[in-house]
Amino acid sequence: MARDEVKSRRDFLSKAAMVAGGLFISAGASPFASLLYATERKSKTGPWYGMGIDLEKCIGCGRCADACKTENNVPREPFFFRTWVEQYTILNDGTVHVESPNGGIDGFSQKFPDEEIFKSFFVPKMCNHCAKSPCTQVCPVGATFTSPEGLSLVDPTYCLGCRYCVQACPYGCRYIHPVTHVVDKCTMCYHRITKGLLPACVEVCPKHAKIFGDLNDPKSELVKFMKDHSWQVLKPHMNTEPKVFYNQLRAEVR
Amino acid sequence: MEPQMQHLYEMLSKVDGYIYPNEIELNWSILIVLYPFITGLVAGAFILASLERVFKVKVLKPTYTIALLTALSFMMVATLPLISHLAQPQRFYEIMITPHLTSAMAIFGFVYLWYLMVVLLLEIWLDYRRDIVLWSQEKTGVMKRVYKILTLGVTDLSESTVKWDDKLGYFITIIGIPSAFLLHGYVGFIFGSVKANPWWSTVLMPVIFLFSAMVSGIALVMIVFMVVNYIRKQVIDMACLNEIAKYLLIALILDFALEGLDQVHRIYEAEESFNILDILVKGKLTYTLFLFQWFLGMIVPMVTLATLQFVKNRNKLKKRLYMMTGILVLCGIFFMRWNVVVGGQLFSKSFYGFTTFKLHLIGSEGIMMAALWLILPCTILAFLFWLLPPWKRHEV
Repeated sequence: MARDEVKSRRDFLSKAAMVAGGLFISAGASPFASLLYATERKSKTGPWYGMGIDLEKCIGCGRCADACKTENNVPREPFFFRTWVEQYTILNDGTVHVESPNGGIDGFSQKFPDEEIFKSFFVPKMCNHCAKSPCTQVCPVGATFTSPEGLSLVDPTYCLGCRYCVQACPYGCRYIHPVTHVVDKCTMCYHRITKGLLPACVEVCPKHAKIFGDLNDPKSELVKFMKDHSWQVLKPHMNTEPKVFYNQLRAEVR
Repeated sequence: MEPQMQHLYEMLSKVDGYIYPNEIELNWSILIVLYPFITGLVAGAFILASLERVFKVKVLKPTYTIALLTALSFMMVATLPLISHLAQPQRFYEIMITPHLTSAMAIFGFVYLWYLMVVLLLEIWLDYRRDIVLWSQEKTGVMKRVYKILTLGVTDLSESTVKWDDKLGYFITIIGIPSAFLLHGYVGFIFGSVKANPWWSTVLMPVIFLFSAMVSGIALVMIVFMVVNYIRKQVIDMACLNEIAKYLLIALILDFALEGLDQVHRIYEAEESFNILDILVKGKLTYTLFLFQWFLGMIVPMVTLATLQFVKNRNKLKKRLYMMTGILVLCGIFFMRWNVVVGGQLFSKSFYGFTTFKLHLIGSEGIMMAALWLILPCTILAFLFWLLPPWKRHEV
């Protein structure tokens, strides 16, 4: 009996030591766990930019897409966009039709008769500047990076053009620039916002449907927009933590 | 208009449903299909070689060096389709200098170099060292110098040194098996970890890639073994050939089971992406998936090989069927890579439509370029057979 007790005590001690050792080792390995996550957590100091898009206000004029192409030297072809507008038409039978002819720059027409339409609306799309951006995660050389302001940017002098980031972006926001032969995407007009200007797409929007702002500033227009509206992000199940927030976003929008 | 733009305008007219505007162009084309195909051949050939060395399947002895040299020839070419596909190929070295460690792609250079330098080159050198030293003594002229250089100055042929070569070679093969698994499982992970793409994003992807690699590698060595014997007008070792065919069958069954599991899982779970993937496989991938990959590339070879297990003698028939099976399997695995890489880019991530893909004959992403990357390793293999002929080795 006594021997059994000793044995079980020894057993307990050895098991406890194993657990403690395991915890110790895993604690030592914890810095490496950062490799498993996409990007750093959001910064608490300084600006942390995002965008609000009010779908109630968007009229699908396409001026945002047009201004973006002009401002950022995006090729004028009907493909390659940093920002574009989609027209969603949900018919009475539940079918969903999506269109974006030339990104909405030339305007939209409705090909379905009014009586067949259940609902129709416009959705401006752009880079979501995800806090856990998969594009930044997969860049093999770190040419795509997150700026201190939380924006996903590309160093064109460093990009290999491997296109892994294009594959990794769930929102189709990246393309290989046909002239520079490196990846190109929305920078939230970094060259403008760092000078205190608004992004080109926000500047030209006649309905004020796009709201640019600092998520760290409680007084910013964006934070106010988010308080006043029940916003949603695109593809939340991807857990990329997008920083483009849509008001009145319907489940059909992908 | 530039040809690329012309091509994209043509593609634009063929879009089906709605795709995001930037999705017109397929970003990864035939060269990226070749990349997992070629690395798979390397990993598979090496695993076959290790069966003889580590798992002591003695009957496979005649294929050991053939398998290793095949693996080396294809390994030497494995990165070239990747580099030639880059939009900025002159910057390729940056991946080695400043690897971004959260990227599944960043480590490829290191995994590749480890496998090429530490596993393949070292193992082949250790295995051949005695012969190289002897050849450097027997030959004259330039070849004498070449073999002398290949000895790397280690000309000691004492019994204990040769024994050490063998021991070290054995040790490297043991390291080589997990390395081969790593190499190709890793290639699978590059695709399997892209959560944005439901056709790729499956935890089974690395395992499926690994087993399909074994299938293709074994089939390739089987073909090379038969071709070499045919050219050298030698009577083929049927016991060895039958054994390779047996392993090919086992690998095929495992691969088939895994791919089947993946599909059953997709169909049963029927997630958000199911509808678009269903249209994809029944539409744009009908021929490449159902006919080429599964029927001709898997089911026909499996049934043929399984039947041949029960056939005694009839060597001539067997050889023909083995050759046919080998070619079918290689084509099947090529189409498996095709269906993964190209198929995964045909549907929009909006799940509302499809883009289209047209393969060109010429150009940097064309058929000719792809053919070059497949002919080159075969040429290297022929050269290696000439430089290090497995059939002219000295008896120990």
